[in-house]
Amino acid sequence: MRKLLASTYKEFLLLTRDIGGIAILFIMPLVLIVTITIIQDSTFKSVSETKIPILLVDNDKGSVSETIIKGLKESNIFEVIKIAIEEDAKNLVFKGKNQLAIVIPENLSSDLEKKINQNVEGILDRFGLDEDEVENQPKEIFTAKEVKLYFDPATQFSFKNSVKNEVDKMISKIETQSIYNAFQKQITDDPSEIVFETENFISFKEILPKNKDENIIPNSVQHNVPAWTLFAIFFIIVPLSINIVKEKSQGTFVRLRTNPVSYLTVLGGKTVIYLIVCLIQFVLMLLIGIYLFPAIGLPTLNVSGKFSLLFLVAIFAGLAAIGLGLLLGTIAKTQEQSAPFGATFVVILAALGGVWVPVFIMPEFMQTLSKISPMNWGLNAFYDVFLRNSSLLEIVPEITLLFLFFIITTLIAIVYNEKKNAV
Amino acid sequence: MIEIKQLSKKYKGTDIFSVSDLDLCISEKDIFGLLGPNGAGKTTLISLLCSLIKPTSGSFVINGLTYKKNKNQLKQLIGIVPQEYALYPTLTAFENLMYFGSMYGLKGNKLKLKIKAALQTLGLSQFSNKKINTFSGGMKRRINLIASILHNPKVLFLDEPTVGVDVQSKNVIINYLKELNEKGTTIIYTSHHLNEAEAFCTKVAIIDHGRIITQGPPKSLISDQKNANNLEDVFLALTGHALRDHA
Repeated sequence: MRKLLASTYKEFLLLTRDIGGIAILFIMPLVLIVTITIIQDSTFKSVSETKIPILLVDNDKGSVSETIIKGLKESNIFEVIKIAIEEDAKNLVFKGKNQLAIVIPENLSSDLEKKINQNVEGILDRFGLDEDEVENQPKEIFTAKEVKLYFDPATQFSFKNSVKNEVDKMISKIETQSIYNAFQKQITDDPSEIVFETENFISFKEILPKNKDENIIPNSVQHNVPAWTLFAIFFIIVPLSINIVKEKSQGTFVRLRTNPVSYLTVLGGKTVIYLIVCLIQFVLMLLIGIYLFPAIGLPTLNVSGKFSLLFLVAIFAGLAAIGLGLLLGTIAKTQEQSAPFGATFVVILAALGGVWVPVFIMPEFMQTLSKISPMNWGLNAFYDVFLRNSSLLEIVPEITLLFLFFIITTLIAIVYNEKKNAV
Repeated sequence: MIEIKQLSKKYKGTDIFSVSDLDLCISEKDIFGLLGPNGAGKTTLISLLCSLIKPTSGSFVINGLTYKKNKNQLKQLIGIVPQEYALYPTLTAFENLMYFGSMYGLKGNKLKLKIKAALQTLGLSQFSNKKINTFSGGMKRRINLIASILHNPKVLFLDEPTVGVDVQSKNVIINYLKELNEKGTTIIYTSHHLNEAEAFCTKVAIIDHGRIITQGPPKSLISDQKNANNLEDVFLALTGHALRDHA
């Protein structure tokens, strides 16, 4: 025990003597979380506040194009900029000056109206309801109309998809409305008479989890703080593995190997200190979420009544990260091996864990891999507490996995070291 | 005290033995010098005796103990001064010594007093609270030595303890080692300084290609070798004048 305390104190001294290192350990994760949350929050806000400029070439100049323009304006996502010539709009978008251009084809309104009228008349004719029945009148043939969308090649796939969906939804609505109108005209001559109820019959409502009768409304902060806190906690494997490799290169490990002290004790000292570092990082991030975020216009991080569970998850996530750092430091021979590998591996674990892309939209194979990522266990545990209002019992499986991961990686490190240095 | 039988070591990926079928007996209270050209196998032999590397074949006992059966007892019995400084550069001399002393189970005032006494003897008292990265090579060598003797080892292995130090530091180190030897510590050391070894060692062994060519008290070796006036003459006569550069 005394040797463990001495090792812990030594690690404390080593860490505190490297002021630059400490600053990086504590400040960089805070910078990361603030930056990411501001960016993510602006993405959420773009729906209501920030508007994306959109170029619109109106070759139709009819009721359909009017409805599209009105719909785009009312969506509160886009700011419509009218352009006369399609080629100009295309050049602006393909050169990256604008992200998107919509080209509404010529005669869209009139052709749509004619085609729908023709269809409606055809239907009514079959039922023998058409008053202006004209026998054997040849049907006009209409070619399908295309609303062209130009995207900046650098535009992200998800943005493209959401725009396409939005335009598609508008066009479907216009078509439906036009059909109703055509029937209305055929059935009654009084335009004020309401023949059809055109309001949507089916709507949706999101039911949120509740905490003491209060809805838990997720926001960018509730999503980002756990994810990026975990990311920062796992980054501890970089300085920790460097610490171990340094001991090997400066010869102190050689001395320790001749001393009557076990490798477990040496690693134990490192574990205690680096776990404290992880927990300080975690608390600082929570404090940023609670006090700094509202001051800079971001939603406040709500941790009321959850702190003890969150702290527990942070302890086990920290242990899992430390286990990985101990293993990497034991196996790596140089800092050139441990630092880039550690940093890249954390990014891979984060990707697998669902920090960037939700696990449920990953390919099946990656979803399976995700299940063995400690970052996924940690993230789920954090989300359970933050967003799903879970109890201690419900996070036991995740924290058990994190603890087992720590035990297994540390054991592998010890066995590897013993085997390598066995006499 | 130390009995080595048919000890051999061949590193992975090499064809030659760094230590080959080596037999050696070192008596208690000896100051035993392991001398030899670069790559002769001196550091490998010390590393084997300190359990830092595994022998390919053969065995040895130290005070009747082996690493296989009495690992911790043996570690408590020996001290090693490695060729590299093996200290934490950002910790002070005192912090380094407190840490390494506590790894031998030493604690409290007893440890502090030991450190103070050793620092005093080796002329480093006033630098006790200075960080190691501010020390000169000679000062680091002396701290490196103190870190290895705080637990009063019965056997002390030193790998080139005076390399790269000035004459003053060298004298302080050698005198301190003599003092330790007088108090009962067996000293086994490697060196390239043959004059130093001649004056300091009670016995030496000249090693080349992993084998012992000759061994005995320095004076006997000099008198046994034709036209030899000192240990360097004996060394050159037995190991030749060819350069021993290797990579």
